[in-house]
Amino acid sequence: MAVTLSERAAQHVTNFLAKRGKGVGIRLGVRTTGCSGMAYKLEFADEVPEGDEVFVSHGVTVFVDPKSLAYIDGTELDYAREGLNEGFKFNNPNVKNECGCGESFNV
Amino acid sequence: MALLQISEPGLSTAPHQHRLAVGIDLGTTNSLVATVRSGLAVVLDDEAGRSLLPSVVRYHPDGKVDVGYTAQSAQNADPHNTVVSVKRFMGRGIADIDDIASLPYRFVDAPGMVQLKTAAGVKSPVEVSAEILRVLRQRAEAAMGGELVGAVITVPAYFDDAQRQATKDAAQLAGLNVLRLLNEPTAAAIAYGLDNGSEGVYAVYDLGGGTFDISILKLSKGVFEVLATNGDSALGGDDFDQRIFCWMLEQGRFAPLSAGDARLLLTKARDAKEALTEHTEVRVTAVLSTGEMMDATLTQAEFNKMTASLVSKTLAPTRKALRDAGLSADEVKGVVMVGGSTRMPCIRQAVADFFKQTPLTNLDPDKVVALGAATQADVLAGNRGGEDWLLLDVIPLSLGLETMGGLTEKVIPRNTTIPTARAQDFTTFKDGQTAMSVHVLQGERELAADCRSLARFELRGIPPMVAGAARIRVTFQVDADGLLSVSAREQSSGVEASVQVKPSYGLGDEEITRMLKDAFTHAKGDMYARALNEQIVDAQGLIAATRAALAEDGALLNAEETAAIEASIADLEKLLAGTDHQAIKRGVEALNAATTEFAQRRMDQNVRRAMAGQKLETFG
Repeated sequence: MAVTLSERAAQHVTNFLAKRGKGVGIRLGVRTTGCSGMAYKLEFADEVPEGDEVFVSHGVTVFVDPKSLAYIDGTELDYAREGLNEGFKFNNPNVKNECGCGESFNV
Repeated sequence: MALLQISEPGLSTAPHQHRLAVGIDLGTTNSLVATVRSGLAVVLDDEAGRSLLPSVVRYHPDGKVDVGYTAQSAQNADPHNTVVSVKRFMGRGIADIDDIASLPYRFVDAPGMVQLKTAAGVKSPVEVSAEILRVLRQRAEAAMGGELVGAVITVPAYFDDAQRQATKDAAQLAGLNVLRLLNEPTAAAIAYGLDNGSEGVYAVYDLGGGTFDISILKLSKGVFEVLATNGDSALGGDDFDQRIFCWMLEQGRFAPLSAGDARLLLTKARDAKEALTEHTEVRVTAVLSTGEMMDATLTQAEFNKMTASLVSKTLAPTRKALRDAGLSADEVKGVVMVGGSTRMPCIRQAVADFFKQTPLTNLDPDKVVALGAATQADVLAGNRGGEDWLLLDVIPLSLGLETMGGLTEKVIPRNTTIPTARAQDFTTFKDGQTAMSVHVLQGERELAADCRSLARFELRGIPPMVAGAARIRVTFQVDADGLLSVSAREQSSGVEASVQVKPSYGLGDEEITRMLKDAFTHAKGDMYARALNEQIVDAQGLIAATRAALAEDGALLNAEETAAIEASIADLEKLLAGTDHQAIKRGVEALNAATTEFAQRRMDQNVRRAMAGQKLETFG
């Protein structure tokens, strides 16, 4: 069971956390919403969330709540650039299909 | 796959519902757009990786519009239709623009705000600014992958109500929802996080390409108060280029320059100035189209010497601003540097010496205003947690109205935090006075004529009373964007009148455009309708006359002839139900033709009747 960050993603997270001036890591999760059932959550974590699974990838602490982990186990969080847009991307092996935009998915 | 940003704890957004908000620095020379991504304010670049968008708009005869670098490159070739520095005309009338004669535009005097005649028609500064904002909006939407919920747009601290309203209108025209208009120096202070730092007085020193502004801000209890502003609208980085250019002319001893060579040398001058930011000396070489050459070295010391007078020209307004604020330089807690020209070491040194402290320079001075606006937009869009309080702004200039004798009565003094509402009671001046004219003013001067006129309206229907008996309460209300509405109410009778201040240009631009368009498109329609009406009246008259004739003299026709006329009438009646005036005209002609013979016979019969029983002599 693990969730990882690509090196590029880790660099960006480290940078964002440093500029933000606070936070102990990031928290990944899913929630049931969106046009294909589930959607990703990606947030800063200001304190260690109780009961969360903790992973460390390229120096970044990643928290995942246990219920979400089943859906995103094995995910690698990457940072990508598409045209003028840039941001984080979930490479999730559990996904069966996504909505057209990829913001929500089901497993 | 969509690209996600890291949200604040507990503030993740649902798919397709991201609260995308931007900050826009709508500058005189350049404009920028910025947003907050994963908690970090960043300026958004265009496809070529450039963050600045030159605030230049070029209109083509076919209605095509260029904005930015393409427009800028046409500035010399097509000066009438290429609008630069449009910000200077926002909310201004012809009388407000002092150097109008030296500008290449064909100005049209319009109520309140000047307009420009271009190849694509007459454009108001609002429309020109909207073109710039539209490009920035598209850039932001491409960079953020969705529609924007809103934007914070910055304006100079000294902008009055008309200029602010014009800026807001331009945003609306560009399809942007304005979350807030924010003072530029305030935005710069926010970018440096001064808003969540300690309270105190800050100076914002803004030296751009062609303008210099100094603002003294006071932060207390989450409110930025603009204590004083000053500046020089004709001083900027370009003047420093000019000094190097003159030095080059001395060095090169050139024959009189062609326009192209002058441009080349000016570009070289700017390059040299920029190089001197990093290096203590720079080698300047140029080969002119005439074959003349120059090769010389410019040291930072020489450059500082030749521009010393320019640097001190910025310190005079700074001193004045401090004096207006009633402060001394050592009471200033921090100095924020804004504008590309503040990269020059000589400027930084002069500012440091003046305020006896190192100015804040770690953010890009070209971007700092946009970054602060983006930060504020992020808060207003609801992407921040509770600990980030909302920044409040203040009214830059007092609002009031004109009283008897052309004096100004201030209702809301400057630096009042907004939103706010204040009321003041006034009374009538003459016995039996039933109306009162309310003239809304903005400014600090005592005489109404010296303040800016924002609006006029009339309160009518005041019951006749002796002078001084009526109680008229005038309420000024300013919303969070610093925009004003004024209402007047006579207390005993309850008669009321109000105005949304939008006045400096009477009618809104869209309204004027719509009215002009309506008048134009309807001109044709109106003529058509008139022709149709005339034909219908003709036809109805003819049918009625024919029916009457048939009823009277039907016996003159045989069955076949009667049927033909009846058929013609029926045809014409059918046409009358339609709207084709030409067809109706043809129907009228047809019926006329069908009844010619009948009319002839009736004439003959009438003549015979008239003559019957008369002796021939009677007609003699």
